[in-house]
Amino acid sequence: MKKFFYILACVAICLWFLGPLFFTFLASMTPSSDFYSMDKIFPSKLTFEHIYKLLVNLGGWRAMLVSVQVALIAIAISFAFGIPAGYAITRYIFRGKNMIKLVMLFTRSVPLVVIAVSLVTMYLRLNLADTMFGVALAHAAMVLPFVVLITSSIFSGVFVEYEEAGMIFGLSRFGAFLRITMPLALPGLAASAIFAFIMSWNEVFAASVLAITNRTLPAHILSTAMASPDYFKFAAGTIMAVPALIFIFIIRKYLISMWGISLK
Amino acid sequence: MAKVILNEVRKHFGNVKALDGINLTIEEGLFVVLLGPSGCGKTTLMRCISGLEKLTDGKILFDDADVSNTAPKDRNVAMVFQSYAVWPHMKVRDNIAYPLKLKKVPKKEIEERVKWVAELLHISELLDRFPSQLSGGQRQRVAVARAIVHRPKVLLMDEPLSNLDALLRVRMRSELRKLHDQVKVTTVYVTHDQTEAMTMGDKIAVMNAGRIIQYGTPEEIYRRPKTIFVAGFVGSPQMNFLPMKVTSSGNQFFAENFGLRIPLRTDPRKDRLTVGIRPEHIFLEQPGNSVSIGATVYFAEKLMSETVLHLMIDGDTTIVVKVPYDLSVEENDKMQVYVDLNRIHFFDPATGERIEL
Repeated sequence: MKKFFYILACVAICLWFLGPLFFTFLASMTPSSDFYSMDKIFPSKLTFEHIYKLLVNLGGWRAMLVSVQVALIAIAISFAFGIPAGYAITRYIFRGKNMIKLVMLFTRSVPLVVIAVSLVTMYLRLNLADTMFGVALAHAAMVLPFVVLITSSIFSGVFVEYEEAGMIFGLSRFGAFLRITMPLALPGLAASAIFAFIMSWNEVFAASVLAITNRTLPAHILSTAMASPDYFKFAAGTIMAVPALIFIFIIRKYLISMWGISLK
Repeated sequence: MAKVILNEVRKHFGNVKALDGINLTIEEGLFVVLLGPSGCGKTTLMRCISGLEKLTDGKILFDDADVSNTAPKDRNVAMVFQSYAVWPHMKVRDNIAYPLKLKKVPKKEIEERVKWVAELLHISELLDRFPSQLSGGQRQRVAVARAIVHRPKVLLMDEPLSNLDALLRVRMRSELRKLHDQVKVTTVYVTHDQTEAMTMGDKIAVMNAGRIIQYGTPEEIYRRPKTIFVAGFVGSPQMNFLPMKVTSSGNQFFAENFGLRIPLRTDPRKDRLTVGIRPEHIFLEQPGNSVSIGATVYFAEKLMSETVLHLMIDGDTTIVVKVPYDLSVEENDKMQVYVDLNRIHFFDPATGERIEL
């Protein structure tokens, strides 16, 4: 009886998450003639026509490239600051450590809408408005707290003795970090890079506000596909979801270690 | 190989004085054990020698060179960690070769040395494995191999045997000692296990509360412990300590209590003494120069090869006696035991210092 409810709960949860995805994918591949037909739930055939049109004719492909570049720059910036910070939080004891951790999360508690105007003004002054770098910078600021917390939990999984052994056997402090700790932390760092990538990939508000010509995919979709027929909207949903799903699938076994939960 | 000189070494962590003025000279090529209870500073001292901890004050010299402010990598030391710290992302071969590679030893020589050390530690067939494919004992051999392959000036070992099972620990004890005799590197070995200390060390430094209490050969430590702490820490079961009053009749002084009357050779110039008697120096048959004491059996631990008796000599005072054979006694049996007068220790009850009487 207990097992029955357990399975029931599993099925319900799966349907809850997979159901909308399934219908999104299905609708995105439904021919336009079938889409508005009242007596059909499932299409008679599947087509990639909408997705193709969205990517090629409506500039989706270009927006996708912008998205990838923005995400990569955001990762580079957030890692350049986040890795040293995460390492310091794990390895060193200093005053106000917990305070810093908390304050970092506070940055997420201010909705972007609130600071949007002043942010745009500042970007205009700094000549960052409507540049990929500008959007990437905003995204980097957004993911940085997560990168710090995630990398600190990854570094705490690398025993300090490994580093100390490195230092005794001929490496400098920094050398030990580079040659011993980094290789050992690499799988986890790669996973958190992908996590940062997805956050940037999905972010729409900053991307819409801060750029007009260099729009990322979600911002581009927001401005173009939303004025299109419904099946284009579903096609847009599909091209947004698929890369994210693939990335999550790749990193799924690191997700646990990333958040500092140990199954040992 | 090097002589290690510690001069007034201090290490404070905030208000905690982990090392409180250590003076020690470790002679070249010796196997020295730092022995003490947990928290006595022995690991901190080792980490100071390695350079992983910076000194608060004092000096460390290798031979005549002051290394107090030298980075660990430039001290030419090696260390075997308690957790072994064999790098998991490198094969055994690379783990051992890495220190040599960093020292820019020619490739050919690296190969030869890895081969030599692998044979020495019987790990030749493990060289192409990753550490995760090794057992604890094998990982430890790798850690030792990595430590001795680049011929360090000082080899440091931090409780290397504590993660091994009991049987393996006994075997590794003799192996590590033999290994030291072969490579003759100055070795500092940290442990809280007195058996390891007594069996492995050329010399033992007994530590307590950030200080070295006594530095000497295992024999000196056992036969002439400098303080009550050393006397109580080394020896198993622990030494019996009996508080005694000093009495005199004519020119002869005695330490007296519990029906025991121990003649003293000279005037202790004290009213009270703590008398230390090791359990193995109390006998059931009368040896040459001894005094007897009446006792009641309180409890007997039968270990078959030996028997440890807990005997009541007073309302609430027990002494422990170890006899090297199997003995059948019942609780509350009355017996006479004999204390060997040649092997009694006297301590000042106020300072805990040894008094020669």
